[in-house]
Amino acid sequence: MLLETVGLTKRFGGVTAVDRVDLGIAEGETLGLIGPNGAGKTTLINLISGVVGADVGTIRLSGSDVTGLPAHRLAALGIARTFQGVRVFKGLTVYDNVLIGRHTRMRSDVLARLVPRPREVADPDWARSLSLIERVGLGRRRADVLAGELPYGDQRRLEIARALASEPRLLILDEPAAGMNPTESVGMRALIESLRVEGLTILLIEHDVRLVMDTCQRVVVLNFGRKIADGTPIEIQHDPAVREAYLGTEAVA
Amino acid sequence: MDAVLDLLRTYSTTIAVIGVSALLALSVWLTLYAGQLTLGNAAFMGVGAYVSALLGRVLDVPFPLALVVGAFAAAVLALPLGAIVFRLRGVYLAIATLAFGEIVRVILLATPITGKGQGLNGIPPKTELWHIYLSLLVVAYVLWRVQGSSVGRAWAAIREDEIASASQGIAVGQHKLAAFVIGALIAGWAGGLSAHVTFSIDPSDFGFTKAVQVLVFAVVGGVPNVLGPILGAGVLTALPEVLRPLRDYRDIFQGAILLLVIIYLPRGLVTFVDVRRTRRLARIGAVDVA
Repeated sequence: MLLETVGLTKRFGGVTAVDRVDLGIAEGETLGLIGPNGAGKTTLINLISGVVGADVGTIRLSGSDVTGLPAHRLAALGIARTFQGVRVFKGLTVYDNVLIGRHTRMRSDVLARLVPRPREVADPDWARSLSLIERVGLGRRRADVLAGELPYGDQRRLEIARALASEPRLLILDEPAAGMNPTESVGMRALIESLRVEGLTILLIEHDVRLVMDTCQRVVVLNFGRKIADGTPIEIQHDPAVREAYLGTEAVA
Repeated sequence: MDAVLDLLRTYSTTIAVIGVSALLALSVWLTLYAGQLTLGNAAFMGVGAYVSALLGRVLDVPFPLALVVGAFAAAVLALPLGAIVFRLRGVYLAIATLAFGEIVRVILLATPITGKGQGLNGIPPKTELWHIYLSLLVVAYVLWRVQGSSVGRAWAAIREDEIASASQGIAVGQHKLAAFVIGALIAGWAGGLSAHVTFSIDPSDFGFTKAVQVLVFAVVGGVPNVLGPILGAGVLTALPEVLRPLRDYRDIFQGAILLLVIIYLPRGLVTFVDVRRTRRLARIGAVDVA
């Protein structure tokens, strides 16, 4: 297992947002995480990426215990993520956003920068960053556009480019297609699909059930913080507990 | 040429004060650029001023060495302070650093060796104008270059979004602390220089008024790049001199000019050269100071 959680629990006041969740993601796997609103999906990935700390439970990355490590350490260990509702650095250029994604893979260049040189020479990751911008479909002509000026769908793509820049072992995508129009959504699906084919391990949270069923080999369903189902997309679609969570129980007349 | 020299001689104090003010404004620029509002730099300036002046007086330490020790004393003080106060954000961070400034001021007021309320008098005027302006040139150049480095990018990222920065592998706390400590080092250096210009120093030179003044220099000048704080310090320090013929109306004009700058160039004087980019930034709601 690349990533494993055991009995992961997080409470906010009286609410148990994530309740004893065991999760495993194998190397190269694309795992879908679905559940009704408020099921604890985002809290779960906030725990895995170190944005919030767990109350109880263990997180292991490639077998070693990473529970309680701060977000920046986890990023250095290879966990990259995007955010629900996009958190690109709006006031910085597309190029700078991607370069910040390379922060953990770059040596500090403060001394080298003391001599001014054109960035093609000064940035060792110049070509790589530009090709990432192209890879997610933004086009290198927009490298110097401010991230906040991009349309919403493109900000999502930029966020993925920034996450990929850190050469992650696990990429966590939090609702990458939310708020996208059908055309943008198709493009996003193609992008995720191509990442999957390259062998990247992906944890995908998505409301668009079809996107999840089409791209993921395995799906985990959360409801009220608990894992209620874990299986292939077909198994999940026929799982009575999942149907109940999404549609409710039939009222007895 | 003679006219220039005359001007330099007549206004040498003002020119010295402008240079020191610019250094101080740059010292607070560092934390502002990382999106953090701190008000401790007047106190760090005071530490640099007192330490360097006392070293020269009591231990006969040579001037350059006294300056260096004064600056490092401020930085060493900033290290534990920053480790504590950066648990706070925004206004709370500003108030905590201001409280630290008051503590320093009160300690200076109460300690015999610092001369209590009278401060230190008869500090030898060892600072030459070129000391100040060479320092300013070096500091401004280095900060300009650092701005484009991995560390500068990390500061900008933290200013934009701390959570996203941490998730990109940026050690947010360490980077904030680094900005704060380097700022203190610069402020301490500026303090040492200014103490050897003004002949005498006392605790009130480094109090609340100074802390706010330094912040105003940086903010009115503009935070986008290192020219902003220098410009802000220069204009705001020179303005009272320039407006001197207006006599009683001087303060009114000065206030009016400040107001106009804040209304029409809210991101600082320096954005005058790049109004278009500033408008773009404003439109997308990018942050300057958290």
